[in-house]
Amino acid sequence: MKGYVVLENGEVFEGTLHTDHKEVHGEIVFFTGMSGYQEVLSDPSFKGQMVVFTYPLIGNYGINEVDFESMNPQVNALLVSEVSNEGFHYEARSSLLTYCEKHSIPLLSGVDTRAIVKRIREQGDMRAIITTDPTNLSFDQYTPLGQQEVVPMVSSAKIETYGNGDHHIVMVDFGYKRSILDVLLKQGCKVTIVPYHSSFQVIESLQPDGVLYTNGPGNPKQLQGILPTIKEVAKAYPTMGICLGHQLLALAFGADTEKLTFGHRGANQPVIDLATNKVYITSQNHSYVVKENSLEGTDFEAKFININDRSVEGLIHKKYPVLTVQFHPEAHPGPSDSEQLFYTFIEMLRNKGREKVYA
Amino acid sequence: MPKQKTLKKVLVIGSGPIVIGQAAEFDYAGTQACLALKEEGIEVVLINNNPATVMTDESCADRVYFEPLTVESVEAILQKEQPDGILATLGGQTGLNLALDLHDKGILKRYNAELLGTPIESIKKGEDREEFRALMKELNEPVPESEIVTTSETAIQFANEVGYPIIVRPAYTLGGAGGGIASSEAELKQIIKGGLSLSPISQCLVEKSIAGFKEIEYEVMRDSNDTCITICNMENIDPVGIHTGDSIVVAPSQTLTDVEYQMLRTCSVKIIRALGIVGGCNIQFALDPHSKQYYLIEVNPRVSRSSALASKATGYPIAQMAAKVSIGYDLHELINPVTGHTYASFEPALDYVVVKFPRWPFDKFVHAERKLGTQMKATGEVMAIERNLEAGIQKAVRSLELKTNGLDLPSVTKKSDNELWHLVKNADDRRFFVLLELMRRGFSRQDLHKETGITEFFLQSFERLISFENQIKASNFDDIENESLLTYKKAGFADEWLATVWGVTTKDVRKKRIELNIKPSFKMVDTCAGEFTASTAYFYSSWSGEHDIIPQSGKKKILLLGSGPIRIGQGIEFDYCSVQGIQSLHRLGYEAIMMNNNPETVSTDYATADRLYFEPLTVEDVLNVIDLEQVEGVIVQLGGQTAISLVEGLEEAGVKLYGTNLDTIDQLEDRGRFYSFMNQVDVPHIPGVIAIDEKDALVNASNIGYPVLIRPSYVIGGQGMMLFQSEKEFVSYLEDKENVVSFPLLIDAYYPGIELEVDALTDGESVCIAGMFEHVERAGVHSGDSVAVTPPYTITDRVKELVLSYTEKIAKGMDFKGIFNIQFVLFKEQLYVIEINPRASRTVPILSKISNKSLISYTIQLLLGESLHSLGLTTKTLPEPNFYTVKAPVFSYQKLAGLDPILEAEMKSTGELMSMSDNLDEAFLKAFVWSEQAKPKFFTQKGSIYFDVAEEFLPEFASYQVQLKECGFTLVTEGFDEWVQSDEAIALISLPKLGTKDGTEKRQEALRQRCSVISELTTLDVMLRGLAVKEVDFLAIQDWWLKEKELIK
Ligand SMILES: Nc1ncnc2c1ncn2[C@@H]1O[C@H](COP(=O)(O)OP(=O)(O)O)[C@@H](O)[C@H]1O
Ligand SMILES: Nc1ncnc2c1ncn2[C@@H]1O[C@H](COP(=O)(O)OP(=O)(O)O)[C@@H](O)[C@H]1O
Ligand SMILES: [Mg+2]
Ligand SMILES: [Mg+2]
Repeated sequence: MKGYVVLENGEVFEGTLHTDHKEVHGEIVFFTGMSGYQEVLSDPSFKGQMVVFTYPLIGNYGINEVDFESMNPQVNALLVSEVSNEGFHYEARSSLLTYCEKHSIPLLSGVDTRAIVKRIREQGDMRAIITTDPTNLSFDQYTPLGQQEVVPMVSSAKIETYGNGDHHIVMVDFGYKRSILDVLLKQGCKVTIVPYHSSFQVIESLQPDGVLYTNGPGNPKQLQGILPTIKEVAKAYPTMGICLGHQLLALAFGADTEKLTFGHRGANQPVIDLATNKVYITSQNHSYVVKENSLEGTDFEAKFININDRSVEGLIHKKYPVLTVQFHPEAHPGPSDSEQLFYTFIEMLRNKGREKVYA
Repeated sequence: MPKQKTLKKVLVIGSGPIVIGQAAEFDYAGTQACLALKEEGIEVVLINNNPATVMTDESCADRVYFEPLTVESVEAILQKEQPDGILATLGGQTGLNLALDLHDKGILKRYNAELLGTPIESIKKGEDREEFRALMKELNEPVPESEIVTTSETAIQFANEVGYPIIVRPAYTLGGAGGGIASSEAELKQIIKGGLSLSPISQCLVEKSIAGFKEIEYEVMRDSNDTCITICNMENIDPVGIHTGDSIVVAPSQTLTDVEYQMLRTCSVKIIRALGIVGGCNIQFALDPHSKQYYLIEVNPRVSRSSALASKATGYPIAQMAAKVSIGYDLHELINPVTGHTYASFEPALDYVVVKFPRWPFDKFVHAERKLGTQMKATGEVMAIERNLEAGIQKAVRSLELKTNGLDLPSVTKKSDNELWHLVKNADDRRFFVLLELMRRGFSRQDLHKETGITEFFLQSFERLISFENQIKASNFDDIENESLLTYKKAGFADEWLATVWGVTTKDVRKKRIELNIKPSFKMVDTCAGEFTASTAYFYSSWSGEHDIIPQSGKKKILLLGSGPIRIGQGIEFDYCSVQGIQSLHRLGYEAIMMNNNPETVSTDYATADRLYFEPLTVEDVLNVIDLEQVEGVIVQLGGQTAISLVEGLEEAGVKLYGTNLDTIDQLEDRGRFYSFMNQVDVPHIPGVIAIDEKDALVNASNIGYPVLIRPSYVIGGQGMMLFQSEKEFVSYLEDKENVVSFPLLIDAYYPGIELEVDALTDGESVCIAGMFEHVERAGVHSGDSVAVTPPYTITDRVKELVLSYTEKIAKGMDFKGIFNIQFVLFKEQLYVIEINPRASRTVPILSKISNKSLISYTIQLLLGESLHSLGLTTKTLPEPNFYTVKAPVFSYQKLAGLDPILEAEMKSTGELMSMSDNLDEAFLKAFVWSEQAKPKFFTQKGSIYFDVAEEFLPEFASYQVQLKECGFTLVTEGFDEWVQSDEAIALISLPKLGTKDGTEKRQEALRQRCSVISELTTLDVMLRGLAVKEVDFLAIQDWWLKEKELIK
């Protein structure tokens, strides 16, 4: 039936709503990748967000059982120009349309996605409401994503161990993407996943060789409480941070973060390693970024920056073996050009000593 | 790392004349590369003997050698110019092969000319089959097993090891003839026997067949900092088995999961890195539709047809970046010129769908073998951009300028179900229309998928188009309201087709649409799906969503219509004219707006015009752009017949057209009116008459007197022209059911005299003849297929004066301004007009270059109201140069089996070349020995020549027999079969009885065995003159201009 998306700036865009939701709120963001909608809708980092796909034909290869990034759908809603009513692929188990209906994921199709992208580009990420009746709506009753505690909704509740390799990595889970676990297991590591709020003692008792702070949704500053633990862990063990993990490690050592006018969300963001001049095409999904000028006195140094807007894309610590990246070396969706950063992290575990191991 | 400081001068190798499989895309790539080098302050020396190209213009290259693309000429140029580097990876296969030859012969080292961009070893690894397979093994990337065989036994043994099905690809057969897929030993025996006998070196490649896999291409770039990016990937709708150049292609891929997309992307990056490519590279995959198993089909380690398509599909200027990267720049240092503030080290994101549709020559070559397979046959292609696949496909079909009625092709809709199923299994160029017709008859996409292997995703899109058709056919015009009309327009249905279904006029539909406020919006191709604000002026139309803001400069705007896809009779020369027209409008202070849909050309490079609309060239689409832009007027003289055919619709809609009108065009193209116009301006024309039916035709033909030339009216490229020596032949032709004879029929007396051509500028009052060509072959051989010389080399001044006076009379009598072309024939001392073309012709680029004057710039100024006088063109003809220029046709017979390599009134050449010298014989030699690959044996070795000459020509041929013997050739007239197989065989002279095509098999067999086929004595004459030339010199056109000035001073 007829549906509308109402942006925070008051503009209304019409489309067809394929689920029977009356009103759905969320932060509206756009994703420029041309494939990977199944990975996106199941990526916990999108919790609380409505994703606008810039590519106009979504759902062509349906939904399969192997490409999910977490056990269930995470996005608040999907907005597309055209949705395919069937999945044409040997792995497809259902169409995207029936999957959304079954899991009641609000799906608004026939929307002028390029127009919405231009509004977000000019006025920044904003809130939006999908509804069947666009008259007299109010945003006041909804808390903006930046002030919501969303990590608890996606972080695992209990400790679980996978694999039995010779390096034991504890993964502090803020809503991890399954492909991070996959790449560590593929490298022959044992991985123990712990809830985001686990204490230093809990982690210490697992005798890890290294700790990884995962990706996750929302504003890093919503997690001020666990920063001391993060710092304590990072000083004790070789540590890697991805996306939200990267931002938390920076905050833990005293750096500052800020919100980009609109986030980097796509599979084609160019990043350069300042030490080796090597350029990676990376997959990204973040609204917040570590402020370069706040690194003074944290002993963190910018190792990666975004070639287009020079924003910080990754840090190394001068004293402790800590490597953080804002982008997603585990890919899915997107290119895996920077996957070798996991091998660098595992190299760090092998040289337990404190000296830095990478150029 | 900024550009290498040492580079002051670079020699760029062009791709030469257009042939099937290597066409306009290399003028686009070459132009971008030359401009990129010049931007760096590097002096560009260019060798490219294709006259109709933009890159051979002064704005692109400082010194241009229109010399043969041979090792000798490049070596001579290296000696003269002493360049620091050579750029050969932007000249297609010709450029690449030449670079390999120069390297292997140690010439590069001798003149310490550094090969820029991709190193030789990488080229060899990509090009040489064995080296490529070894590298893939090393990288353990899968390639289908294959072997080169010369006997049936080895082929069968290979098949037993590898297992069926096996694909057989004969070496060097015409259009890949003799190849095929065998799914059993019996089939393999039959195919391999045919393949080996057809191949002149009796060699075939046998390979594990992966026909039916998805065919996916990646366009990749790498710089010397080892940064690798993929510009875009493309999915062929036609699966593996049909050449990528003959497939309908969609960008980006539609049915690959992200895992599969990245799997092939990672493999592409790995291969371009292993090859050490610096610049662009195209990688072709076959992906199993039922698993993650993939194979490498081939790698093209250079800019190619696909990279031109990828550049236009994404907006990312590949060839320009490839050139910058080849002189040392890194991608992350180079600004992306489209956004103006982001960098070139990124991968474009598309927020639209791109559809590429090939354009084949089979609407002209009805008898050629039109079956599609592993050998490309398309002469050109169109591209369309929209926000959904259905509308993209419809736009592409509209752009092809085939005689379709909406989505159906009349010749297909007439066929029976069985005939249609046969055409589905043995795919030819009509397969898309056949699939739709079967769906209209109720066959399901599952049935069609089983037979074709086309992914059901695409077949469902075809199904949607058919269900829309049915909905529209079930509706009627009066109760159409906003919602449904918008739905039909969003699905891409043109007003014109809707009108035919609803039984109203196109104008009615357009009026109603505008009343319901249904208009297309125009969106920007910005490489980043709207993420960054972009400053490009590259737009496409869509029926969904809002406009992107169109930058306005406040200047007056003029729209220039392009010439659509490259085809026989309408090639790259019209792109040259369009680009020149845009540049001169720009210089005159106008906002120059370009509209075209050919992805291979310079005119559709977003940086050429102030604004580019990548759209079909139909009346509706042009009017939509005019409504948006509110242009002053439209120029239709530079886009060949494509633009001319829009005059009627545009004039009816009240659009201002510069310099021409429907009545003038009709006066020249409608034969009846043409004859009366000739009489009115007192200029003799060939006696001719129009016959309305068979009886009338026979009566008139005998009045005019045989031999007669007959043709349908309103046609270009001499299509459907037939020559009849006697009434008996004409009667048998009319009775033969096979021939589609459409009336009214034009009947002309056949005057096989000397054909002359002029291109003239006119302000409506006086004329200035830019130049005159004299054809070597007599009239009766199409002007496009004749060798031609300017200035004329045999005709007298009396005839030249007559040409001038007739041209003046015609110009005064026509309501026309700008540039036009007249074809004459001098027959028995009498000069007659054959045809007048009210537009720029294919010889305009050559005349502009020789005279060093931009004829198109004059044309534009005349169209805008200037007089010849005010342009300083006070003489009636431009001064004749003191050197000769020869224009020669180039044929793509190797790619099209079933064609008879005889010169006749119907045009068959796909391209042309140019050579220059003050010694005409030397110019003839360079015109025949025009590239390393195409050196005719006649000029390189002695041997025997077979002649098959009809009675009537024997006396004239006698003197040539003597000359041929003196040159050391032996002459043979019997035992054709063993002669043609022997290494002795040099050339076949085949002069059949006038008006007949006797000896077709001999000509085709001689061509297969790579012998020259000579079917005109005048051609033999100039070949002998060329053979006599001993030493040859190579000069840039700038040197000829200088010689010219010295003479005049
Ligand atoms: N092993 C094969 N089995 C079936 N078809 C093939 C095979 N190899 C190539 N083809 C088909 O032949 C076409 C041309 O082959 P390719 O190697 O790309 O030659 P080219 O140099 O002419 O592009 C391909 O586009 C593909 O459709
Ligand atoms: N009456 C004629 N006698 C001899 N040759 C002719 C005659 N009419 C046309 N031709 C030949 O046929 C070719 C094509 O005819 P033309 O009228 O130029 O058609 P188009 O250029 O539209 O294909 C000419 O270049 C000329 O060589
Ligand atoms: Mg190929
Ligand atoms: Mg003509």
